[in-house]
Amino acid sequence: MAAKSQICSVWLGSETGILKGVSLTKKQAFNFCEMSCMSRDQEVCVMAWGDPHESEVLVGSVNGTVKTFSTDKGIFTATRECGDPSQGRFTGLAVTDSSMITCVESGLLKVWKEGSTETAEVNVGNGVCRMQQNQSQRHRVATGGKENPLKVWDLERPDKPIFTAKNVAHDWLDMRVPVWVRDIGFIPDSDKIVTCTGHHQVCVYDPSTPQRRPVLEAQFGEYPLTALSLPASQGTVVVGNSHGELAILDLRKGLVCGCLKGLAGAVRGLQCHPSLPLVASCGLDRFLRVHSLEDRSLQHKVYLKSRLNCVLLSSRELESSNADVSGDVEEVKAEEEEDEVWDTMETVTEKSKKRAAQKDKATATGVDGEKKRKLIKKKVM
Amino acid sequence: MDSNEATTSESVSKKKGKTKKVKRKVKSDEAPVQEMEQAEGEETEKKSESGPCFPPTFSVSEIKNKQRRHSMFLKLKEEKRKAPPKEVPKTIENQRIYDETTVNPEDEEVAFDEGTDEFSAYFNRLTNPKVLITTSDRPRGRTVRFCEQLATVIPHAHVYYRRGLALKRVIPQCVSRGFTYLMVINEDRKVPNGLVLCHLPDGPTAHFKVSNVRLRKEMKRRGKDPTEHVPEVILNNFTTRLGHSIGRMFAALFPHDPQFVGRQVATFHNQRDFIFFRFHRYIFKNEKKVGIQELGPRFTLKLRSLQKGTFDSKFGEYEWVHKRHEMDSSRRKFHL
Repeated sequence: MAAKSQICSVWLGSETGILKGVSLTKKQAFNFCEMSCMSRDQEVCVMAWGDPHESEVLVGSVNGTVKTFSTDKGIFTATRECGDPSQGRFTGLAVTDSSMITCVESGLLKVWKEGSTETAEVNVGNGVCRMQQNQSQRHRVATGGKENPLKVWDLERPDKPIFTAKNVAHDWLDMRVPVWVRDIGFIPDSDKIVTCTGHHQVCVYDPSTPQRRPVLEAQFGEYPLTALSLPASQGTVVVGNSHGELAILDLRKGLVCGCLKGLAGAVRGLQCHPSLPLVASCGLDRFLRVHSLEDRSLQHKVYLKSRLNCVLLSSRELESSNADVSGDVEEVKAEEEEDEVWDTMETVTEKSKKRAAQKDKATATGVDGEKKRKLIKKKVM
Repeated sequence: MDSNEATTSESVSKKKGKTKKVKRKVKSDEAPVQEMEQAEGEETEKKSESGPCFPPTFSVSEIKNKQRRHSMFLKLKEEKRKAPPKEVPKTIENQRIYDETTVNPEDEEVAFDEGTDEFSAYFNRLTNPKVLITTSDRPRGRTVRFCEQLATVIPHAHVYYRRGLALKRVIPQCVSRGFTYLMVINEDRKVPNGLVLCHLPDGPTAHFKVSNVRLRKEMKRRGKDPTEHVPEVILNNFTTRLGHSIGRMFAALFPHDPQFVGRQVATFHNQRDFIFFRFHRYIFKNEKKVGIQELGPRFTLKLRSLQKGTFDSKFGEYEWVHKRHEMDSSRRKFHL
């Protein structure tokens, strides 16, 4: 079990409550679930890394429990009751230095401190769809939902949000544009926040400016956007909608750069790799797909038998690319040696011609050689 | 004659080569080989010798030597007897690309998934099916008759006139009245062309394209009208995970215990992603022979999308959507 979990580079949570680990290099998928207690209320809603070293995965279920899974040991190490199903499902899970932050659909955001049972509570409004943590400033979280605009909270001063977004202006019919924030992303190295809505809009907000309305608004498709992720390269965002359409949008202009093909069902989980140009997507069609962001091609496709809710990519993908890099280094060295050898020789071009000539002869003999091989075969017959 | 000499000399050298090469092949190959040499190159000759087939102009009767001719004839007979068995013709179903989502019957995870999904209430015998059949607004004659005939085929089915009502408002009312299925037949230009099948408490919604509808009047050699007995259900060839979901959807339309007295059977046969519906009455003449009469309407369905949750085409999440350019690129890949 430990060996299996140590090689997994992608972690997924399914609707049946099973935590799945996939190793893309070895092309294997493993199920990690507690013995004999598979039930639908164990359905995984949210997943998060338990620590910066990515050795623990926190799994939040529908019944209100948050389980800790250790990737080194390969077993669930702890379970914590963090609310009850009457409050709604988990919409966000995050970890700061010494505490865990959970948010449920009814708007109750709780900060659970390690070791003690006291919690700090914040009410973020009803109908929350997503709560996301700022990776560079871990005490800041953003929440948003259906008719619940984007709000950024500082957990050290939890009484009022530090930023509340304002809705866009009325549309061309002078009607109020409905608000439905489905997923949130913090743009690294800046204060900006990207959201995707159920009304197929992608909005970028900048709290550092006095403007509370979105700085940029882009539209994609006709179906609700369900998931969003920011790749390592700046300036773009990957979004997925409920029809299985994945698109890369440019955040400078608000235009679609390209679409990633292959998905047949709604996108439930989307994550870009922290350093490589890869994006992992999972959804209701029971497949995990890894696309490359540069040429938009499908790199890996894995069938996992249950509908998938969330995906977590570890930085461990670097293992496979490390092997390739070392191979390249060897080849480069070999080439350098060859170059030196060639440089010491006097007439480089003639030798290459001779080599070409030899190659031609080789091909000519090759044909005869094949004939000879045929003859030999017949003799054997 | 020069050419002949040349050929004879070549043939001599060739013969030596041949005797070393092929001891089984009869030396009587010489005569036709000489003719062939001049016409074709070395390579083709090699090809003709390397394969088991003789050059096309050759026939056993041309060999002058009686003993050699006889041995050749016997060899030919032997080969015909040992001929390979009849080849199985390649069909698209044979060449179907293996689908990795094909369900393995012993798979625990899939069994658990199916045991706890939206149809588990039906398959655990907790609910009985009750179907509401309706159409799009203002249906014309053919669709109306189709709905009536469907209601005779599916037990506990009720046909209601649509009256331009919104489906999202119809659904809560159906749930409160205890319906388990909502079936909406869409009509275009006086012909039914679409079917929305919505499993009611909170179940998946499937949208099908309907084609080739034949009403009872148009059936040839049909039997009398179906009776009120509960028919048996046959589901053929739903192998993949998606196919399983759709198959269970069809199975849950009919009550659990078929009344074998009625001798009626409804078949949903999946082939190449098209689902063929037929309704028959059967009678066993003896243990091995069955006679069947087709009753009831017949139609063909093709799945367009499967949506999780009740009907909500704008904001619902789709489990499977048919994307023509991505999914129909290969003629041998099927999804159901």
